[in-house]
Amino acid sequence: MTYAIEVQDVSKSYLRGSGAYRYQTLRDTIAAGAARLVGKKRTPEPRTRFWALNDVSFQLNEGETTGLIGRNGAGKTTMLKVIARITRPTKGRALIRGRVGSLLEVGTGFHPELTGRENVLFNGAVLGMRRAEVLRKFDEIVEFAQIADFIDTPVKRYSSGMSMRLAFSVAAHLEPEVMLVDEVLAVGDNEFQRRCLNRIIDIAEEGRTVVFVSHNMGTVERVCNRAILLRDGEVVADGPAQDVVHHYHSLAIPDADAAGPVSIDDLEAPRFLRWKMDSPEAVGEYTVVSGAGCTITFTLAVPKPMRDAFVGMGMYTDANVLAMALSGYDLAGECIDLERGLYDVSFHVPSLPLGRGRYHVRVSLLQFNGARVASWNAAPGLEIVRRRESTQIPPPLEGILVTDGRFTVAPAASELGASPADLRR
Amino acid sequence: MPPELVVVEPAQRWPKLEGKSLWRHRDLAYFMSWRDIKVRYKQSLIGFGWALLQPLVSMVVFTLVFSKVGHVSSQGVPYPVFVLAGIVPWNLFSNALQGSGASMVANMPLVTKVYFPRVILPVSGALTCLVDFLVATLLLLVVMLYYGVVPQPTALLLPFLALLILVTALGVGFWAAALVVKYRDIQQILPFLVSIWLFLTPVVYPGNLLTSSGILRVIYSLNPMVGVVELFRWALVGVPLPPATLVVPSFITTIVLFTTGFVYFTKTEQSFADVI
Repeated sequence: MTYAIEVQDVSKSYLRGSGAYRYQTLRDTIAAGAARLVGKKRTPEPRTRFWALNDVSFQLNEGETTGLIGRNGAGKTTMLKVIARITRPTKGRALIRGRVGSLLEVGTGFHPELTGRENVLFNGAVLGMRRAEVLRKFDEIVEFAQIADFIDTPVKRYSSGMSMRLAFSVAAHLEPEVMLVDEVLAVGDNEFQRRCLNRIIDIAEEGRTVVFVSHNMGTVERVCNRAILLRDGEVVADGPAQDVVHHYHSLAIPDADAAGPVSIDDLEAPRFLRWKMDSPEAVGEYTVVSGAGCTITFTLAVPKPMRDAFVGMGMYTDANVLAMALSGYDLAGECIDLERGLYDVSFHVPSLPLGRGRYHVRVSLLQFNGARVASWNAAPGLEIVRRRESTQIPPPLEGILVTDGRFTVAPAASELGASPADLRR
Repeated sequence: MPPELVVVEPAQRWPKLEGKSLWRHRDLAYFMSWRDIKVRYKQSLIGFGWALLQPLVSMVVFTLVFSKVGHVSSQGVPYPVFVLAGIVPWNLFSNALQGSGASMVANMPLVTKVYFPRVILPVSGALTCLVDFLVATLLLLVVMLYYGVVPQPTALLLPFLALLILVTALGVGFWAAALVVKYRDIQQILPFLVSIWLFLTPVVYPGNLLTSSGILRVIYSLNPMVGVVELFRWALVGVPLPPATLVVPSFITTIVLFTTGFVYFTKTEQSFADVI
């Protein structure tokens, strides 16, 4: 079995510190050289090495679709850039079999003055297609992008959606052995996103190797059969997509929005600082039994007085489906007026009707007119566990919602007049 | 055919030539130049007119200043023809140098997002200037005929000389393109360097005017443009063949500049995406 991609102990470091400047100036270099000449020792500027990737190894089989997941800054894009040959590793190496096509920020290299047609030709060449190849696929590309009427119009007259579609279309019609996709689906309308996704699935089904970077776990689970979770430049988990996505959610990494203790004097606008969950049936700090009553409390810092406000919260599943929402206005029947200060806002739920799993908790502070003043993805999320472990094998199905109920069995009032006892005879 | 194996390794001390991938991207150099030419003429009002106007105005101004006021010798041909036969190769050089020098930064979004052999950028930056050169050469022929100067059969050497000019421009251009990535100051220095360089090159005056002989002449012609401009004028207009002391040192400098420039570029190219 040959691998399509073999990443062997790849590390990548960047210099940080004086690297606040992205490039040096000639003056600095000359000054440093002159100082050296007259024998002056310059105090070295504090430069630290920052490892974006640290000893990353994995192998991807031909035809495998792999999701690369992790928080911002985990090293996903750096990894993709190494595979795409845009940047070189500091240590280790990557072996790639076949032509690599990348959908890294599609539309790079589109020139606004050129027409759609000219840009397709140019972009195809940038991505490594031969001229004849681009011409052969030209109609298909234009059709997929749905811009046939505008193909001879300069791209500067396109809407951003149109140039997006065209760019994606060019890249998607490459026929590389290895396809790299980075967050392209974050743009475009729903319909186009759906078609992009289908196109990627098609590409995978044609036996091409696809590496897919996304923050949308639902998409990763749908498109990928395997996922690799990166954290601080290291592989934390590697396996079937569902398992790794679950692992991703279980990593309790605090949300960057609310990092560190905040003084109310530093705030410009209201902000949620933390949350907690109280329940007589709590299993852990953020883990509760399905169906339990619980109180969810958010701490809200308000730097300036605010009138006619209310707080709303929602719980989202892994696939980003809103499972449950509560509005403080509906529950209390009125808006609240807030003075400067810290507040604990609490939602009391008599019985949490959600099934086992991981939920994202999102809370917002809104004006009565609906304007969002602050919102926060509470971290960590809420984990809900089964009320009692079933001894049944295989375990019973479970939906998003759980409800109490009763179960009975009784003889049916049959037209045949036969009771179960009769049937046994 | 089994798919080709690509190895992505840390930056090498002596990078290998990416022959295979250059071949795969052979269309790209053409497309890059094609794009730049299209964009340039789409955005300008009089299109190719610029390629005519620029050398024409230079010719008129230089003729007034150096011939009418300064009485500079023009080796037996009318001064406008003489000076234009210097301006045309010089402009190819200066445009190709600035085009290749700016190519990396001008294409920054591409460099940080897509892989292709980076060498393509300065090369196509230089190749783009050939269009203007062709237009200007036609202008030169018209001016020659107007003044009754008949082109020499040696004019068949022009393509070779144009290539030599491009190689020279690329030699400096490779250095500039690689250095601009690290030091943006080079972008400011380049136009200044070019305008000084013009007067150190026998464009408005004949090459034997500044130095008569000996070591000074050799030092003067270490300027790689001295030899090729003299040859250009000789080949087309038919002024006397320049002495070897004006040509050979220029060639040597060209070869040195080109090889060192190329090596420096391919060495630093490995980290462009991280630095740019």
